[in-house]
Amino acid sequence: MKRFFAQLYLWLLLAMLYAPIVIIGIFSFTESKVLGNWTGFSTELYTSLFNGGAHHSLLDAIKNTLSIALIAATASTILGSIAAIGIFNMRGRKKQVINLLNDIPMLNPDIITGISLFLLFVSLGISQGYTTVVLAHIAFCTPYVVLNVMPRLQQMNPNIYEAALDLGATPMQALRKVIIPEIRPGMISGFILAFTLSIDDFAVTLFTKGNEGLETLSTYIYADARKGGLTPELRPLSTIIFAVVLLLLIIINIRAKRNAKRNQAM
Amino acid sequence: MSIFSKLINRRSNWAVPYAIFLAIFVALPLLLIVLYAFQDAEGSFTLQNFVKFIRQPEAVNTFIYSIGIAIITTFLCILLGYPAAYILANANLNRSHTTVVLFILPMWINILVRTLATVALFDFAKLPLGEGALIFGMVYNFLPFMIYPIYNTLQKMDHSLIEAAEDLGARPSVVFTKVVVPLSMPGVMSGIMMVFMPTISTFAIAELLTMNNVKLFGTTIQENINNGMWNYGAALSLIMLIIIGVTSLFSDGDEQSDSESLI
Repeated sequence: MKRFFAQLYLWLLLAMLYAPIVIIGIFSFTESKVLGNWTGFSTELYTSLFNGGAHHSLLDAIKNTLSIALIAATASTILGSIAAIGIFNMRGRKKQVINLLNDIPMLNPDIITGISLFLLFVSLGISQGYTTVVLAHIAFCTPYVVLNVMPRLQQMNPNIYEAALDLGATPMQALRKVIIPEIRPGMISGFILAFTLSIDDFAVTLFTKGNEGLETLSTYIYADARKGGLTPELRPLSTIIFAVVLLLLIIINIRAKRNAKRNQAM
Repeated sequence: MSIFSKLINRRSNWAVPYAIFLAIFVALPLLLIVLYAFQDAEGSFTLQNFVKFIRQPEAVNTFIYSIGIAIITTFLCILLGYPAAYILANANLNRSHTTVVLFILPMWINILVRTLATVALFDFAKLPLGEGALIFGMVYNFLPFMIYPIYNTLQKMDHSLIEAAEDLGARPSVVFTKVVVPLSMPGVMSGIMMVFMPTISTFAIAELLTMNNVKLFGTTIQENINNGMWNYGAALSLIMLIIIGVTSLFSDGDEQSDSESLI
């Protein structure tokens, strides 16, 4: 009985959490401009989303979102992994200072990060656009990469690296053959996290995108909603985003379970 | 051996590029906020920006209102989220891992897409947008961030302590209030940080959910920056930073490890 009520509570809460997304999903399959008006089943919105047509600015925004996320995640994974190795080998006060600075972008609210970077670019006289958005994204993503790589370095047996050097490997070879394979899982999860953070970002992008017309998905939705009506194509787009995220999460979970089982078997 | 490869061989030097990057893109920008906050448009020192804030009833009211909304949202998230986290972590009440995944899934969806969905829901149900929609939208957006850290601490909790309390004759309600709740406090604290901080600083969500009728402090800051009032905007940002600094003093500061170990 207790179990029944517990499960009922969970599912009621989930219903509340998913009701908005379900409604968007349902109304992505009808042509009506206004949400809530069912004008018969149609995949018209999906076709017009991908054909561009009237809303090619939406497609541009999607492309920008993905390319910025890819560049920022790659750059912060490289920068963050190298930094983590460096910080791991540091001692004393310097290490404390750099760790503190590394924490700031994670603790700061987005709006503060955005405004602070905006002030940096305007006071240096740098005109804002694609490059400044990428730099800003690298700035708030890299700390998470460092955070993901660091535990791997701490778990690593320091003797393997020394052993590689004793056996005649150059430091670069030892890095490539010993350290990187050890920290790779941390680099991968850092990259995934950086990528999702970049895609999700709204506030930092808004303050650093300048006014040359650069839009990412978040700023596009924002501008669109402020103009009044919402582009109907956002309905199929949200549905697709939701389906992709759901799929990715299921895959990650299946993989995690399989790994856990394998570890148990060993 | 060249100087360059000597530098590379000392591995603590590998942090140098990132240290320079942090100095330019983290430390300097924050210093600029402080600098701008204490300057007038001509660049000379002034406290006028803060005086202006205190003298403007509208700005102060927005500030207090935003804190109120953030507190209500955080409170509702605890109220709804704690039981959910408790059930999820309790093997007798929930065995399926899928429900856990379903609860954290919304965290990965763009916040504006989620807000858009809430607006759509209210449109669909023919409910008016406004304060009610704002609070619903905030709770909807941030509830997973409350559930996850609490769930995490409850799961890591040492269950022999519960058994010990039961063996010593504690009733289930006593076990819950004297053992489970105190042990889950770190999770609740991280949850509060993860909900309170974003709610106090949001701006776009409020505009979309209230058709621009309700203004939050974040919106005030953004409007000033957009209208070229950089110094006043910086001063308001500094005030927000102080509020957040005060809030984070109450937490134990390890919420990052809880929130970011999802993958």
